Amino acid sequence: MKLRDCSVHATDVVDRRSSASPRKNQVACNTQWNSGMRPATTSKSESVQPLRKDVQASTGPLSSDSSMEILKGIAVSSGIAIGPVVVFDQKGLKLPALSSTPFDSAFELDRLDRSLEAARIEANQAEAEARSRLGSQYADILMAHASIISDPALRRESRDRIERRQLSAEHAVNEVLESYIARLEKLADPHLAARAADVRDIRDRILFKLFSEEPRLSAVDLKEPALILAHDLAPSEAARLDPKSVPGFATEVGGGSSHTAIVAAALEIPAVVGLGRFLDRARGCRMAIIDGDEGLVILDPDPATQERYRRAARERSARFEVLAGQSDLPAVTPDGTRVELLGNIEFSAEVEACLSRGATGVGLYRTEFLFLNAQTPPTEDEQFSAYTAVVESMKGRPVTIRTLDLGADKLAAFRDAGYLEANPVLGLRSLRLSLREPDLFRTQLWAILRASVRGDVRIMFPLVSNLTELRQAKAELDDVIAELKAQGIPIRENLPVGIMVEVPAAALMADHLAKEVDFFSIGTNDLIQYTLAVDRTNETVAELYSAADPSVLRLITHVIRAAKERGIEVSVCGTMGGDPLYTLLLLGLGIRNLSMPPHQLPEIKRVIRGIPLETAQRVAEEALALDSPQAIISLLQETLRTALPDATPTKASTEPC
Amino acid sequence: MSEEPTVVRRQVKITNALGLHLRPADKFVKLAMQFQSEIRVHYNGNVFNGKSILGLTTLAAECGTCLELEASGADAAEAIEALTELVRAQFYEDEYGSGSGEIQSAGPLP
Repeated sequence: MKLRDCSVHATDVVDRRSSASPRKNQVACNTQWNSGMRPATTSKSESVQPLRKDVQASTGPLSSDSSMEILKGIAVSSGIAIGPVVVFDQKGLKLPALSSTPFDSAFELDRLDRSLEAARIEANQAEAEARSRLGSQYADILMAHASIISDPALRRESRDRIERRQLSAEHAVNEVLESYIARLEKLADPHLAARAADVRDIRDRILFKLFSEEPRLSAVDLKEPALILAHDLAPSEAARLDPKSVPGFATEVGGGSSHTAIVAAALEIPAVVGLGRFLDRARGCRMAIIDGDEGLVILDPDPATQERYRRAARERSARFEVLAGQSDLPAVTPDGTRVELLGNIEFSAEVEACLSRGATGVGLYRTEFLFLNAQTPPTEDEQFSAYTAVVESMKGRPVTIRTLDLGADKLAAFRDAGYLEANPVLGLRSLRLSLREPDLFRTQLWAILRASVRGDVRIMFPLVSNLTELRQAKAELDDVIAELKAQGIPIRENLPVGIMVEVPAAALMADHLAKEVDFFSIGTNDLIQYTLAVDRTNETVAELYSAADPSVLRLITHVIRAAKERGIEVSVCGTMGGDPLYTLLLLGLGIRNLSMPPHQLPEIKRVIRGIPLETAQRVAEEALALDSPQAIISLLQETLRTALPDATPTKASTEPC
Repeated sequence: MSEEPTVVRRQVKITNALGLHLRPADKFVKLAMQFQSEIRVHYNGNVFNGKSILGLTTLAAECGTCLELEASGADAAEAIEALTELVRAQFYEDEYGSGSGEIQSAGPLP
């Protein structure tokens, strides 16, 4: 059975280049990788100036090869990937393997019911839409579809297969409907036989519901490395991508702050999201370039473009190797100021990347991924082992564990009735949610505290917006500490407690907050979004989002000053901290701790080792006097260019913090 | 309250041009669902659940086919009456389905 519309188009690059009529020379599935391209994972964090200029110079047709097409999206994970593509459309369905162990029939029955209900609702909506747009004869067909989906026979026969033969919901539905399809196809009357297509459509609709709750890509096995072009990828799907077989991906939807974006950066897979509708055009293309620095996807690049990117990619690889070779050198400015460079991680596997790139600790351990990939909230023991794995592999280096930073929508997935919020970013999320869900919060605090004796653990609360919230969170923490002590469980004494400063209210109240915490970590992504009232995932206003906005810099300055006055540590863990353009500015403003995705560490270290603190301070002072982000960016670019002629300021991956 | 279930049977003939295709089958099932009685459709020695659109669609009743409807339950008589009337009225469709005939495919809408 083949449900998946997945086509691999590949072409022999050499053939294309030497041919006057490239389309005729398509060699299906003959993948040719430039040897310099393959380790996409090692060619990171450097953008290539010539490419940028070329792209900007030409907005119309970019070459004589009319088939080439350049699409602009949002860069979420830097790097360049070139290769054949695999297109997953909305119906990119493929049944998972039959042996889904351990089998849980109650769970499968529940999935069956939920998928039938979701598919029925969808069919009803399609019917209503068709009735107003296309007329009743079309709508009646869709109404019949809804009836088939709610046919008690379908549910009964599917349940029977799940219960008696231990089939997964997908296989049960598929088998039942296939039997009807087979019967319909045998009918002599062509009108009736054609109904098989309706039932097939219904089957796909239900299966899609089942798949969309689960990683579709887990079932995919790519014969050759290929770029994935999809409508969307769930974070859990992205987390399962193997950079060796998927050197890059691009999606129609999604924004820079999505968890999918974080995962891409963590896996160091070049990625572009938010491209808008392009899969129809991509389906016919043989190869593509994903430029994760500029947020470009180039379909069927002409030979010259390919060559340019291949050369750039080779240079990046070489450069990255040089930088990686310097990972043991300390991050010290030429005039002797030491900066702590730390890693942002989501999974324990990323500790390796932190250490190999010279991170002196984990500045931000995002714990929500334990929750995102789970069907039910992770237990205390599960959390404890995840935290312990990270803490122990950091071998005594500091690890700052951030408590759950989830939206209510994510938590709702664990429950039947979800919260529906009109504006989740301003709603019940992050620490607010933890305070509202004490069981969830306390379970996590228990796990963190138990792990605290295994190394240098610190705890950090996200999205604190006022002192009351901070005090409530600390009270919960104190309660849990008392419980652990009462039970004789060892914990770290004087566990450092800090907060993310990412709400403007907290930044403005930083002097008071500083009295009650051991450290601040500035989450620049949310701070910028809330200060500028710009949804950074909304492409239509994304250009208003700038770390260089003077208002943002004033808030950051205020936070740094408050921290210094109380003598507490202050770090930056948002995207800004990993962007070479802002390194000297943050340094000049007084930041001595920067936390970023591990792959950005070498480049940032190079900037620190190349620019004297004196220069950074002078530039910071100048920048604070300017009145527009454009003026500030120009100043920073100019300084960076002068001080480090071959440095590469990236607008890079907007990484949520 | 053990009321003896009534069983009512009646022969009907499908007279609309396209036979018992998707839309008529849907109408039939929706009507059958309104009754408590179990509804069965006998055809060619097979029995189909009258409340299952999947079953009725695969029944393949072309124009001219004779079916036997069977209802068993308290409201069997009313059920048979109503369903017979629906079939007799050609499911309230015109000669070629409704409008321009049956839609061949109902894939994703634009």
